[in-house]
Amino acid sequence: MSGNVVQRVQRVQGVRGVRRFVRRPWRLAAEVSALVIAAVVAFPLYWMVLSAFKPAGEIESSEPRPWTLEPSLDSFRRVFGQQEFGRYFLNSLVVACSVVVVSALIAFLAATAVTRFRFRFRTTLLIMFLVAQMVPVEALTIPLFFQMRDFGLLNTLGSLILPHIAFSLPFAIWMLRGFVKAVPEALEEAAYIDGASRSRFLWQILFPLVFPGLVATSVFSFISAWNDFLFAKSFIISDTSQSTLPMALLVFYKPDDPDWGGVMAASTVMTIPVLVFFVLVQRRLVSGLGGAVKD
Amino acid sequence: MRVGRGLSRSSSRPLARSSVPWLYLAPALVVLGGLLLYPVYQLGLISFFQYTQAQVSGGQPTTFEGLANYREIFSDSQFWQVLLATVLFAAACVVSTLSVGCALAVLLTRVRALPRLALMLAALGAWATPAVTGSTVWLLLFDPDFGPVNRVLGLGDHSWTYGRLSAFLLVLLEVVWCSFPFVMVTVYAGIRAVPAEVLEAASLDGASQLRVWRSVLAPMLRPILVVVTIQSVIWDFKVFTQIYVMTNGGGIAGQNLTLNVYAYQQAFASSQYSLGSAIGIVMLLILLAVTLVYLRLLRRQGEEL
Repeated sequence: MSGNVVQRVQRVQGVRGVRRFVRRPWRLAAEVSALVIAAVVAFPLYWMVLSAFKPAGEIESSEPRPWTLEPSLDSFRRVFGQQEFGRYFLNSLVVACSVVVVSALIAFLAATAVTRFRFRFRTTLLIMFLVAQMVPVEALTIPLFFQMRDFGLLNTLGSLILPHIAFSLPFAIWMLRGFVKAVPEALEEAAYIDGASRSRFLWQILFPLVFPGLVATSVFSFISAWNDFLFAKSFIISDTSQSTLPMALLVFYKPDDPDWGGVMAASTVMTIPVLVFFVLVQRRLVSGLGGAVKD
Repeated sequence: MRVGRGLSRSSSRPLARSSVPWLYLAPALVVLGGLLLYPVYQLGLISFFQYTQAQVSGGQPTTFEGLANYREIFSDSQFWQVLLATVLFAAACVVSTLSVGCALAVLLTRVRALPRLALMLAALGAWATPAVTGSTVWLLLFDPDFGPVNRVLGLGDHSWTYGRLSAFLLVLLEVVWCSFPFVMVTVYAGIRAVPAEVLEAASLDGASQLRVWRSVLAPMLRPILVVVTIQSVIWDFKVFTQIYVMTNGGGIAGQNLTLNVYAYQQAFASSQYSLGSAIGIVMLLILLAVTLVYLRLLRRQGEEL
C-alpha cells in the first residue's frame, strides 16, 4: 500500500521532471519574447526622450540614428522659454489633482451605497453608471460650453475641473464596487457591535481598507484630466494664463511643419508626472485591478 | 447577512434606514445630474433646433426644426461612410487590443520575475503616456522624412497618413499600444487571483494544459474578460484625440473621420451645432444599444450586478 503511494509519488515527480525538462526551452523562448516585446513597447518612449535631447540637426535628418553623441538641452530651453510654460504645468497639475481627490471621495461614498445597501432602484442606478460611461464627451462640449458660460466659469480652471469630475465618476464608482465588496461584512457587524457610529465605520475602517482601490481608480481620473485638450481648447478661449499642458504642446505641433524637438521635449515633460504617478501606484494598481473584477 | 440586517433595521427604522444610501449617493447624483445628465438633455434639445453661429451670438432666434437635422445627416452619404468606418475601426481596435493584451497576460504568467518586470514596466509606460504625446511620438516614428520606421522597413518617403487605410492602421497601432496594458494587467491580475490549489488539483486529476484553460481558467476569468471587453468597446468607439491629432482633424478630405471627430468638426469647425449634436445623439444611442445587449447577456448568464 505505502510502497504503491511512494511509487505513485515518484511517477508524478518523474513526469514533472520530464515536463520541466521539456518546458525549459519553451520558457526560455517565452522569456526572450517577453524581453523583445518589452523593448518594442518601450521603444516609442525611448525615441521620445532621445529626440528631446537630440540637437536640432540630428532630429531632422534623413538618417535617424537610435542614439545621440551630443545631447543638448536646446529643445527643453525652447519649451520652457515659451510663454508661461511653468504656469501651464502648474495649471494641469491643479486640475488633475482636484479631479482625483474630489472624484475619489464622491465615488467612495457612492460605491459604498451601492454595494453595502439594498434599496430600490439600486440595479437601475448601477446600469445608469454604466450607461453614463458611454456618453461621448466630445459631443457634450457643445452644451457644456453654454453651461460653463452661464456659470461664469469660462476661462477658469473650474471649467476644466467640474466636467472632468463628472466624467470620471461613473468609471470610478464601477471600479470601486469590487474593493468595497471585498471588505468582509463581519467587520462591519463587529464595528457596530463595538459601538462605532456609521460615519466612524465609514471613514476610520472602510476608507483605509478601500484606499488601495481608490489609488487604482484615481489613475484613470488623473489620466483623463491630465490628457484633456478638448475642454481646454474649447473653454479657455481668451485667458491663456489658464491654459494647460496639452495646449502648450500643440503650439509646437504644426501639422505642416512641426518643431519635432520642441514637441518631443514638451511630450517628455508632460509624460513624466504620469509615469511617476504610475510607478508609485504600480503595485496597488495590479492588485487593485485584480480585486476590482474578482468579486 | 447584508440583506438580513437591512430587513431587520428597516422594520424598526424604515425611513432612517432607507435614506442612508441616498445620503451617500447624493454628491455623486448631484454632480452627474448637473454635469452629465443635464448636458445630455441639452444636447438632445439642440439637435431638434436650428442652431448655428447666428443663434449662438443671439443674432437670430432659435427655431424648432423637429427631426430636420436627423433627416439631413441620414441623407448625407458622408455620414454613412463615417459610421461604417467608425464601427470597423472600433471593432479592429477592440479585437487587436484584446488579443494582444490576453496573449501577453498569459506570457507574463510563464516567465520569471525579471522579464515579467521588464514587460510590466514597458506596458505601464505605454499606458501612462498621454494620448496627445503618444500620438505625436507615433507620428514622428512613422514620419516619412525623419522617422526610423520607414528607414528600417526600407519604405523611402512613403507617407502613412496619406492613404486612408494606412492612416487608420497607424492610428490603430497607437491605440493598441496605449490600451493593451489595461487588458494585460487586468487579465494577468485575474489569472494570479485563481487559487493555486485549484490548478494543482486539476493537474493532479490529470487535466491537460488545454483542459485546464478551457474548463478551469476560462470560466473563472469570464467576469474579467467581460469587463475588459465592454471597456474596450466603450473606449475604442470614442477614440478622439488620436484621430484628431494624428490625421490632423480627420485626414485628407475627411477620409479618416470617426463619428466622434465628425460631430466635433460639424459643431465647431462648421458652426453647425445642431448637426453636431444630432450626430452625438446617434452615437450615444448606438453605444446604449451595445450596453443593453451586454447587460442582457450578463442577466442571461445569471450574473449579478
